[in-house]
Amino acid sequence: MIDAVTLAVLKGRLEQIADEMDATLFRSAFNPIIAEAHDASHGLYDARSGDTLVQGKSGLPIFVGVMAFAVKAVIDKARLQGGDKAGDTWIFNDPYDGGTHLSDFRLVRPVFREIDGEQTVFCYLASVGHWHDVGGNVPGNYNPVATECFQEGMLIPPVKLFRDGELQQDIVDILSCNTRLPNSLYGDMNGQINALDLGEKRLHELLDEYGDREVASALAELKSRAADLMRARISELPDGQVGTEDFLDNDGIVDQPLTVALDLSVTGNRLTLDFSRSSKACAGPVNISRSTTIAACYVALKHVFDDVPANAGVLEPVEFVIPDDSLLSVTAPKPVGGYTETILRLIDVVFLAIAKLAPEKSTACAYGTINALSLNGHRANGQRWVMFSFFGGGHGAHASGDGLNHGNAPISTATIPPLEILEAAYPVMFRQWALRADSGGEGYWRGGLGAVYELELLEQQAEGFLFGERGRYAPRGIAGGAEAALNRFSYEQEDGIKEPPMTSKMVGIKLVKGQAVKLETPGGGGYGDAGLRPQALIERDRELGYTGSATSKPEPKSGRAQVNPGDIE
Amino acid sequence: MSGVVVGVDIGGTFTDIFVHDEARAVSKTVKVPSTPDDPSRAFVEGLFQAVDDIEAVTTVLHGTTVATNALLENKGARAGLITTRGFADVLEMRRRDRPTTWGLRGSYQPVIERDRRLEVSERVLADGTIREEVDLQQVRQQTQRLLDMGCESVCLFFINAYANAANEQAASEVIRELWPNDYVSVATEIVPEIREFERVSTAALNACLQPLVSRYFDNLQKTLKKRGFAGELLIVQSNGGVMTVDTARQLPVRTALSGPAAGVIAARAISAAVDMPNIVTCDMGGTSFDVSLVANGQSALAAQTSIGFGRVVRTPMIEISTIGAGGGSIARVDADGLLRVGPESAGSDPGPVCYGLGSSMPTVTDANLVLGRINPDRPIGGVLDRLDVDAATAAILEHVGKPLALDAKHAANAILRVANAHMAGAIRLVSIERGHNPRHFAAMPFGGGGALHTGALIKEVGLQAAIVPRYPGITSAIGCVVADMRHDRVQTVNAMLDGLDTDGLNQAMMSTTRELQQTLDAAQSGIEQVEQYYELDMLYAGQSHTVSVTLPNPVKGAAPAYSIEDIASTFDATYQQAYGRLLSGIPRRVVNYRVVVIGKRRSFDATSLGSRAGSDNAVEGELENAAKAEAIATRQVWVDGAEVPVPIYARELLPVGQQIAGPALIEQLDTTIFIDPGLSGCTDQCGNIVIKPLV
Repeated sequence: MIDAVTLAVLKGRLEQIADEMDATLFRSAFNPIIAEAHDASHGLYDARSGDTLVQGKSGLPIFVGVMAFAVKAVIDKARLQGGDKAGDTWIFNDPYDGGTHLSDFRLVRPVFREIDGEQTVFCYLASVGHWHDVGGNVPGNYNPVATECFQEGMLIPPVKLFRDGELQQDIVDILSCNTRLPNSLYGDMNGQINALDLGEKRLHELLDEYGDREVASALAELKSRAADLMRARISELPDGQVGTEDFLDNDGIVDQPLTVALDLSVTGNRLTLDFSRSSKACAGPVNISRSTTIAACYVALKHVFDDVPANAGVLEPVEFVIPDDSLLSVTAPKPVGGYTETILRLIDVVFLAIAKLAPEKSTACAYGTINALSLNGHRANGQRWVMFSFFGGGHGAHASGDGLNHGNAPISTATIPPLEILEAAYPVMFRQWALRADSGGEGYWRGGLGAVYELELLEQQAEGFLFGERGRYAPRGIAGGAEAALNRFSYEQEDGIKEPPMTSKMVGIKLVKGQAVKLETPGGGGYGDAGLRPQALIERDRELGYTGSATSKPEPKSGRAQVNPGDIE
Repeated sequence: MSGVVVGVDIGGTFTDIFVHDEARAVSKTVKVPSTPDDPSRAFVEGLFQAVDDIEAVTTVLHGTTVATNALLENKGARAGLITTRGFADVLEMRRRDRPTTWGLRGSYQPVIERDRRLEVSERVLADGTIREEVDLQQVRQQTQRLLDMGCESVCLFFINAYANAANEQAASEVIRELWPNDYVSVATEIVPEIREFERVSTAALNACLQPLVSRYFDNLQKTLKKRGFAGELLIVQSNGGVMTVDTARQLPVRTALSGPAAGVIAARAISAAVDMPNIVTCDMGGTSFDVSLVANGQSALAAQTSIGFGRVVRTPMIEISTIGAGGGSIARVDADGLLRVGPESAGSDPGPVCYGLGSSMPTVTDANLVLGRINPDRPIGGVLDRLDVDAATAAILEHVGKPLALDAKHAANAILRVANAHMAGAIRLVSIERGHNPRHFAAMPFGGGGALHTGALIKEVGLQAAIVPRYPGITSAIGCVVADMRHDRVQTVNAMLDGLDTDGLNQAMMSTTRELQQTLDAAQSGIEQVEQYYELDMLYAGQSHTVSVTLPNPVKGAAPAYSIEDIASTFDATYQQAYGRLLSGIPRRVVNYRVVVIGKRRSFDATSLGSRAGSDNAVEGELENAAKAEAIATRQVWVDGAEVPVPIYARELLPVGQQIAGPALIEQLDTTIFIDPGLSGCTDQCGNIVIKPLV
């Protein structure tokens, strides 16, 4: 067995490889979703199972869990073709076989080493990044009214982008013809290739230095230690079973709430997550595949037990029950473009369930919606423009303090593009970019504040769409804390200010010069009894205008109380 | 004009003074305890201990941590902010990030709180069009409100002012009229660059620092003057150059990394003197390990850094990577059974277990002590009399040995291995990851603890050598003395390269050069030569991150006259070097230009640092015959799995040219050098010990 000290040394070296791959893509990527928002991830994966071995620290958390499924998809496909060959690199975006949605393109490369005189796959390196546009009905691909994946973009199964080290121009040509932004696609794909090249070089250097066997046993040991620590953390929870549910406003097609229900049970050092009471697959794009569901639970558990290392060991002591006909385990061609909303709700129910067993270990719900907003049109000179961005909100309060104001979503480490960059690139002007008073849930600890973003069109006309959630069911508090304010979207028209019938999902928003759209995002839920919050903190909140703002009326809280979950399905 | 030049560096524990007599080419060092309540006291005391004749001192150069500490300890002044209507929260909303990837328990305290951030009507668009003139009446009212709230300084920040600063300038005139002091920070005067959060964060931090730093400099100047100092006081900036006190008072945020930058400058000068222009500086203090790369005598500059979560300082600074691995870094076995060292630190108080000041968690210093690498009877720094080996051994056994089933020595050795691996990772990050071959680089350790670890780092990273300077404990003070005057200015351009108005660009760069030249001229200190550099931040249209393209320098004295072709070919070469693949057919964009003006001060003769030991009678070429210094003692030291007797040398007795094969220890007042087995150390004419693998 590998000694503990060498193991600690190798862990650092391996993580550095993945981190360096992340940094290479972030620096050279074209689209701001990767370059600024870091919607990408890199890691090392098991040669046989595809399990996550090592993951970069700065990549998108949701990919940590999901990439294992993506690599497994490549392993299976390669087996059908007689096995992997040195010099191959696969590319694909099939969300049913590798998780998430069509925008996420994965490049997977086997790394070969000579073992007992034979070239053998030592492990896989993979790079995933969110491309700016992959075809489909709407620019940017968050089509809130898709009913089939074909309306969401091109779907590419695992195919070889490189054979024998040669770039397959045919594949590049096919991809380039299926996007509205071929330069961006080309640039991002090259950035991902750069990252894989670099990772492969570094890995060979490390293997030459320490020996394949030593590194392999370190990888195995790291996984088993993560599993052991996860078991230890689970045992610290009281045994028992708790049930909880939260809701999605609608699927964008049928205006009915959808349930994400979790029955969580702890038995000694095992954890079971049973999603059987959740809604069945729906018509619109808030379905997710089974692999995405598991990956989202991984993220939630990693947030609660944040000292457990990020590898496949985390999930070893966890059992999943997800019925085949569920919203949470769909297959092609069910639309999955809005997967972010559903996985945010999965994270919420994991937090809520754990809070019922041990509130001090959990956090209240964060704002819980990605608010993908796209505006596009033509400049006065005829040039096409597409602005696409995600917006922030408040984090949940927790046993040690108020929630963070204006944070990123728990599934992501994305930063928001500077508004000056957006204004320089597109004919828009923000009227407001501000914290939203009274949006955090009350409690002994208050939820973090959401934000108000209001932006005006400066030229010609534009068309836009929004894909958001939490318009009817607000982020919840824990341990007696209150829920946060609802998400609200409004847009100006000649005859006044409008709100979408489905609250936060809409296509075909038409604006003319001078009209604006406004997003008011939820804060985070509160923690503990608001009646016990120290008076000094309440007064300070008022002085700072976090609460009691004269200009913003108290938000209507969610309609949760009026909904009988039995009526939903 | 030559005279006496003095460098002063104020650290947490000691204030270091380095006196350099240019005419006689001799140097002298003095160390006095720091006086944190009023750092200028130790400054002045030390200065007068070190120099006999204050009137002979022409220049005092100062690396200061006043700004750094205020930022770290959140002790800035009460400042207010005036900004565009609708954008008062930009400072608090950051770039919508969180402190840690995993776990959602982060919090954030903006340096200017929400009730002191006030809005006025005005708006400039991204193309520079003024959509709404600034309402100066509102500016007046809001300024008064901030004064009524007891604000001592004020920050002014308008959206898109980088594209047109007219509104911001008009408002600044009104504020400066009303504000009772100089503490007015105008965002585009500090960072005229696109990206609103980074700009306002830098300006707000500047505002919070200004009263504090100004008062400190004022006191210092007054006291020095009263005591007869008639020369000039210059301040080290984060970019590795020095500036006048007046500039520093206006732009205190530029001193955020003043102290560490000074260390790198010294390392650069020392390495240049011994003709090894490629080094990695390794500054190991109590809590951190700072590394910085010097390639071909040049430091890499970073565009920004963050002092803690969400406190971004965007101003050019010597790129220094910091990891939490210092002498006080705590070793422990985590829940998953893995040994971790740092980032938690015992600091200097309570410090390592062996200090006997009440800490029970073992540190890197404790491990070095238990393995015999540190002399328990002669602790460096001179504050403690003795180090407690037994307590250190017990702590290591308890917290590391038992969980890993190792005895105390093996456990101590394991702590060093993990700490060394961590430090090696930091060196790899700045060297290999930037495309440099470590075999062409030498490590230069400074700070108290660095020289104990460099041998291991040479082996682990594959470095060519280590150069241990004569005075590793006062490197920053030396750096102050050797620093050049330097001013950087960046300006956003944001235009496609095709069709770029190069005449306009060349003229703008020239007028920036003239402005910087005037700032330079304001200093009285002797500048022997002025250099200019022109850089562009560029990218492929659609990309987000720029590459910094250094344009070939115009012929001496000539104005910049770059053509589109000049710029295109330099960009291509730079991009290819950075990423490998050029993206043909995609248009290129110029985001910013940057002008750097450097006023070269008299060059420093590093041999003045050299040893005189044993060389009084030796002449050039006779080193072989010079008396070799004998070991002053031997000590049992743990080396490669066993305890062996290791010779100990006194550094001050070593003559130039003496070879010492490892394992060996060299002790001096402010550090201990360990020469690992397989390595050998040799003193050179600048007083350095150069450690290399034995051939």
